[in-house]
Amino acid sequence: MISYTWHFDIVWQYSRLFLAGTGVTVGLTIAVVTLGLLVGLVAGLMQLARSPVLRWASWAYIEMFRLTPLLVLLLWFYYALPMLTGIKIDALTASIITLSLYGGSFYAEVIRGGIVSIEPGQSEAGLALGMTPARVMRRIVLPQAVKRMIPPLMNQSIIQFKNTSLVSVLAVPDLLYQGQVVAMDTYRALEVYTVIAAIYFVVLLPLTVIVKMAERRLAQSN
Amino acid sequence: MTDTCKIEISGLRKSFGSLPVLRDINLRVETGSVVALIGPSGSGKSTLLRCINLLVIPEGGRIRVGGDAFSFDGDAKLSSAREQARFRSNTGMVFQHFNLFPHMTVVQNVMEGPISVKGMPKAEAEARARKLLAKVGLNDKGDVFPSKLSGGQKQRVAIARALAMEPAVMLFDEVTSALDPELVGEVLGVMRDLAADGMTMIIVTHEMGFAREVADRVVFMRDGIIVEEGPAREVIETPKEETTRVFLSHFHNRG
Repeated sequence: MISYTWHFDIVWQYSRLFLAGTGVTVGLTIAVVTLGLLVGLVAGLMQLARSPVLRWASWAYIEMFRLTPLLVLLLWFYYALPMLTGIKIDALTASIITLSLYGGSFYAEVIRGGIVSIEPGQSEAGLALGMTPARVMRRIVLPQAVKRMIPPLMNQSIIQFKNTSLVSVLAVPDLLYQGQVVAMDTYRALEVYTVIAAIYFVVLLPLTVIVKMAERRLAQSN
Repeated sequence: MTDTCKIEISGLRKSFGSLPVLRDINLRVETGSVVALIGPSGSGKSTLLRCINLLVIPEGGRIRVGGDAFSFDGDAKLSSAREQARFRSNTGMVFQHFNLFPHMTVVQNVMEGPISVKGMPKAEAEARARKLLAKVGLNDKGDVFPSKLSGGQKQRVAIARALAMEPAVMLFDEVTSALDPELVGEVLGVMRDLAADGMTMIIVTHEMGFAREVADRVVFMRDGIIVEEGPAREVIETPKEETTRVFLSHFHNRG
């Protein structure tokens, strides 16, 4: 084994860069989780629509994004899409669009699954009272389904948090990108990437604990 | 209008795939009367009941409930979801498996229809709900969640929930079939009171004793047709048709 002297003090001098990078990563995650949930809700509901056109369109969207590597999608949206449309978009916008659509395709499946898991008798009872199907969805089905969706949606969001590290290839200044800058500056790759891994871990640890608790609470309430 | 008939069904047809479940059903229910629908499983009685509030959309025929009529014949266009909802708000339905809303308390379950369909103010809806819960003997259970109730209590809440919409008719779909035997009585008691109040009711049931006692008329169905229909006591005690007799022989005057 090679003897190696760790020098975290060098890394510490760059703490502001790490902080800025963590800020971008967290902010980006919040943006793509929020937008992704909106996209996922629409696509998930479209899966359940009576119109075959809507069902087909959302199916095409979901599978296209689920079955393509995220890195390929990022590169495509940043480099290829502007060639196709003639509209240039900056790296951050391309990242947000790609990650939102990618996350949305997974969220859509969770949301669709949560809705169909509610017994049809619930909808029937709402309809029998004279509610319109839209109101039944809002008042009866969704409130129950959301409870079941929360653990898998949070799991998916944790994955999204880690997925944001890929935007560093587009030079979006997230945690990993800043780390790469520091590593090149200091030649201290070992310390830098260890610190980066630790930051991702520390941010996600409390979230996974919350998911576990939510799952347990759900199991009890059923 | 001198017509005393609350529900009028004519030429009703429905099939699931290639299997016809209702073939040309004609039925009239007088205002304030109670009709028991009996028959073996698969006879179409539940489907008929669900057609009356459009949970199942028929393929042909006509349904009138009170002053509200729907025709399903030929090129008659399918009604909009909104029109169907309005039609359903006029009929109360109680299900075999209660279908209470588990995310709402008992009183919220009963308030839900008036609030979200009729736009009734919350306080008024709650007052009505509490009164109905008292009527079904559950005034102390308003603030618990349905999961804390017995099957018989759940079903009484379901009846109160349907009544909160002040429907013109009440439809009961095997409402005691999922209950433990000792809980059947409390639900039938509530239904008996409703009948005495003059509610127009159609009851799909296997409780022959109850049908004979409470129903004015009994309709026996088999294979999607009405085989025999008449005054309750007559059909149950002295059926005219052989198939009715065979069906009833399984019950041995139980209940």
